Amino acid sequence: METLIRMANQIGDFFNSYSEVEAVPEIAIHIRKFWDPRMRKAIMAHIADHQGEGLKPRVLQALKSMPS
Amino acid sequence: MLIKEIDYGTPAPEQPRMCGSSKCSCAAGVTPEVHADTPMVTLEIDGNSVTVPQGTSIMRAAMQMGTQIPKLCATDSLEAFGSCRLCVVEIEGRRGTPASCTTPVEAGLKVWTQTGKLAKLRRNVMELYISDHPLDCLTCAANGDCELQDMAGAVGLREVRYGFDGANHFDKAKDQSNPYFTFDPTKCIVCSRCVRACEEVQGTFALTIDGRGFASMVSPSEAQPFLESECVSCGACVQACPTATLMENSIIEAGQPEHSVVTTCAYCGVGCSFKAEMRGDEVVRMMPYKDGKANHGHSCVKGRFAWGYTTHKDRITKPMIRAKITDPWKEVSWEEAINHAASEFKRIQKKYGRTSVGGITSSRCTNEETYLVQKLIRAAFGTNNVDTCARVCHSPTGYGLATTLGTSAGTQDFDSVEEADVIMVMGANPTDAHPVFGSRMKRRLREGAKLIVIDPRRIDLVKNPHIAADYHLALRPGTNTAMLNAFAHVIVTEGLVDEDYVRERCDLAEFDRWRAFAADPKNSPEAVEGFTGVKAADVRAAARLYATGGNAAIYYGLGVTEHSQGSTTVMGMANIAMATGNIGHNGAGINPLRGQNNVQGSCDMGSFPHELTGYRHLSTDAVRQQFEKDWGVTLDPEPGLRIPNMLDAAIDGTFMGIYIQGEDIAQSDPNIQHVIAGLSAMECVVIQDIFLNETANYAHVFLPGSTFLEKDGTFTNAERRINLVRRAVKPKAGYADWEVTMLLSNALGYPMNYTHPSEIMDEIARLTPTFQNVSFELLEKSPVQWPCNDKAPEGTPIMHMNGFVRGKGRFMITEYIPTEEKVGPRFPLLLTTGRILAHYNVGAQTRRTDNVAWHPEDVLEMHPHDAEDRGIHDGDTVSIASRVGETTLRVKVSDRMQPGVVYTTFHHFGTGANVITTDYSDWATNCPEYKVTAVQVRPTNRPSEWQSQYYKQREATRRIEATAAE
Repeated sequence: METLIRMANQIGDFFNSYSEVEAVPEIAIHIRKFWDPRMRKAIMAHIADHQGEGLKPRVLQALKSMPS
Repeated sequence: MLIKEIDYGTPAPEQPRMCGSSKCSCAAGVTPEVHADTPMVTLEIDGNSVTVPQGTSIMRAAMQMGTQIPKLCATDSLEAFGSCRLCVVEIEGRRGTPASCTTPVEAGLKVWTQTGKLAKLRRNVMELYISDHPLDCLTCAANGDCELQDMAGAVGLREVRYGFDGANHFDKAKDQSNPYFTFDPTKCIVCSRCVRACEEVQGTFALTIDGRGFASMVSPSEAQPFLESECVSCGACVQACPTATLMENSIIEAGQPEHSVVTTCAYCGVGCSFKAEMRGDEVVRMMPYKDGKANHGHSCVKGRFAWGYTTHKDRITKPMIRAKITDPWKEVSWEEAINHAASEFKRIQKKYGRTSVGGITSSRCTNEETYLVQKLIRAAFGTNNVDTCARVCHSPTGYGLATTLGTSAGTQDFDSVEEADVIMVMGANPTDAHPVFGSRMKRRLREGAKLIVIDPRRIDLVKNPHIAADYHLALRPGTNTAMLNAFAHVIVTEGLVDEDYVRERCDLAEFDRWRAFAADPKNSPEAVEGFTGVKAADVRAAARLYATGGNAAIYYGLGVTEHSQGSTTVMGMANIAMATGNIGHNGAGINPLRGQNNVQGSCDMGSFPHELTGYRHLSTDAVRQQFEKDWGVTLDPEPGLRIPNMLDAAIDGTFMGIYIQGEDIAQSDPNIQHVIAGLSAMECVVIQDIFLNETANYAHVFLPGSTFLEKDGTFTNAERRINLVRRAVKPKAGYADWEVTMLLSNALGYPMNYTHPSEIMDEIARLTPTFQNVSFELLEKSPVQWPCNDKAPEGTPIMHMNGFVRGKGRFMITEYIPTEEKVGPRFPLLLTTGRILAHYNVGAQTRRTDNVAWHPEDVLEMHPHDAEDRGIHDGDTVSIASRVGETTLRVKVSDRMQPGVVYTTFHHFGTGANVITTDYSDWATNCPEYKVTAVQVRPTNRPSEWQSQYYKQREATRRIEATAAE
């Protein structure tokens, strides 16, 4: 889980210089396009069970916006 | 038939590569032999009229009409030298007998190549040569391939009036120090071809003519043995030698070849064309092929000489299986091995679910083989858990260039470097890792192109004979993005943007945002100096040079991609290239120097878990449906696991079986202990390889692979060129790799019935718009660079010429984010890794050749200050430890390094450099951060605990059960 959180936050960091309106969907698209379903499921479970602890706010927002 | 290229004696006169004249009919499209607007000259040779481009020598003009003027010191890979006096001709109205190699054609000349006067002169010259030449032709290794012998015949030499008793060189000793060739000075005619080849072609300047007059001798460095000299053993001198003075040992042992097969080298991403010269079913020499578009007749020590691994005794030629990795291997029939593998994969999928298996395609195998493996995984396994070695090398290139420009590959062909005015090399070491292209680059630099090197280490290119980098920006590892942002800052704030280019070709909203970002003072060279460690003034000057020096070309390697910000740095390069108008024309561009022979191809062939061939995401319905229809299956629309994700999933218990073709992740991938934990957790690991590689220690099924000499197919090199690979010998284990994949697929219940790789390429072409017109038939005529389709029927040497593939070029904001891997009191040094000339990747091939003479082990390069601080001396054994692992190796104290940074290679499993590297990876692609690891180094006198354990375990897992005698 630590690895997934780090990976997700790294993606978030790249879009730091973009506005929230742009960054959140970009983060979501990136994860949707490149993460295997079990990785997405695991991080979603982390959000459900631990309120997404460790995830940066925009990343959390992006993940929550993603259709499961 | 033995292929012998025509030697025209002197090079073709230089022409602009791309036509600059609007009047010229070849203005667009592929470079012609002769431009339509090149001034032509008509003259008469031996009474025949001949028309050739201006600047052609009389010797070349004669050969073009089929008349060979006798010659010894001339060959068309080298500039004319005019020393042997054999090629003299008579010209009507001119005095004397000029050398035809150094005399250019002129309109209306009347030249005679054979007259009584010339015959006498030539015989005299030959007589002198032969008076100091051993007459052992019958037993000479060059017998049948000796220009001196040929010329003696051509000039009708019948006697040597001087006799053989006078002073001579017959007692000179041979130099046999180089493992691949012998220097026999008794046979030398001092034509200087070897010396000139070393200078002009290779650019090493290792050879010279020592002494004067009768004492003149070819001398490596300062009369050193070849092996100890600066010679890099590229073979150019041996190839240029007209006699047996420099001769391949393989020919001395075997004799002259009788037929040859043109094929493509299976080492680095340059993709050199070679003639595999054969005697029956045995290769006796690899000769660089003059018509090779990537190498133009040049080679390096690996491709030219290091092919002995193909027949090495360690080759595994029988399939093997075992239940547990602690069991010895048991040799079985192909049928048993394949059925066992298939039933295991089925069992695992039944138990753990469809997506619990996957595979890795090989960047060393052909396009057709790679394509089949990913097809097997998607169609027969029914999952998208497929990945390839590019994950750990150039995946950020794919991501970064696709995002900014719209295509996942380099923009230029190699020839483009000839018109570059400024060459920027970032995180690449071409003279070691891409030597043949490195030589091309050096040639251009000697002609006056400027050079910027961005690299923590002083690579050879920084200071080389007749080359010195204008700027070597020796930055701290991990600060690439900051460095490029500083370049961007200078370009933007000093008014160096090519405004017209940007307005015409790029997305302006994105550009404006990027311009504001770049202009931010936090990105100025002065602001970043503190962490890049590079003086701001140098960065400013280098950025100005890049932006204003004419055609500026970026060449880069894994020193860019293998970072947590690898993809960001690639985008940073695209940004500055777009801003300065340096993409879409000759001499410019962004060029990844790709590591393995077919890593470009393996990416093109849909090896990544999220995309099908030609870089099309599999969630796109139209794309997926096209494949579904062609393959007759339903495809999973979800992306699969990438290599690091597979290993994580294995440890989590959701990924339990893997089919790996030609890839050695247990040596090449980072944090080896983690890799091993992943592999050990799997229930079925199937390895297809030519040797029992390190990954095979954890395997349950071993399927013997075939070398590049044993199969047909294609490799795609770093310039997107699709080169044919032709079978020269039979597969040692009975099947080529593509046939083995078919067997496995058929056993899994998904039928594959190709009879030749050309049929696989036809399928690829049918399904891939950028390969639409590619076929073996086309490639037989000439290798092409993709895209090759109706829009570009002859391929595309330079991309984005009339606008970017994605439409408008997209500038991306590239915020510098330091890696999480930090130095600290316990790990105060940064380790960065790389490659060396003599070895290739994990070394499985080159370690099984005489290349070990140059590099028997991995060594740790360390700055004298760091060594002094730790009481370490050159040659000491040291322990190197990071937060994840520890190993030991020998130290080389070197001021190539900057203080605080150490360097090593990963070619030897015994060192296991990747025991130390970490799990950190590129944010976009998971490409591992090999280039930045915080370490400590201390003297030691014994192997690390990991090494002792690993050696023991390695022995235990590599046993092969003795088979009973039949």
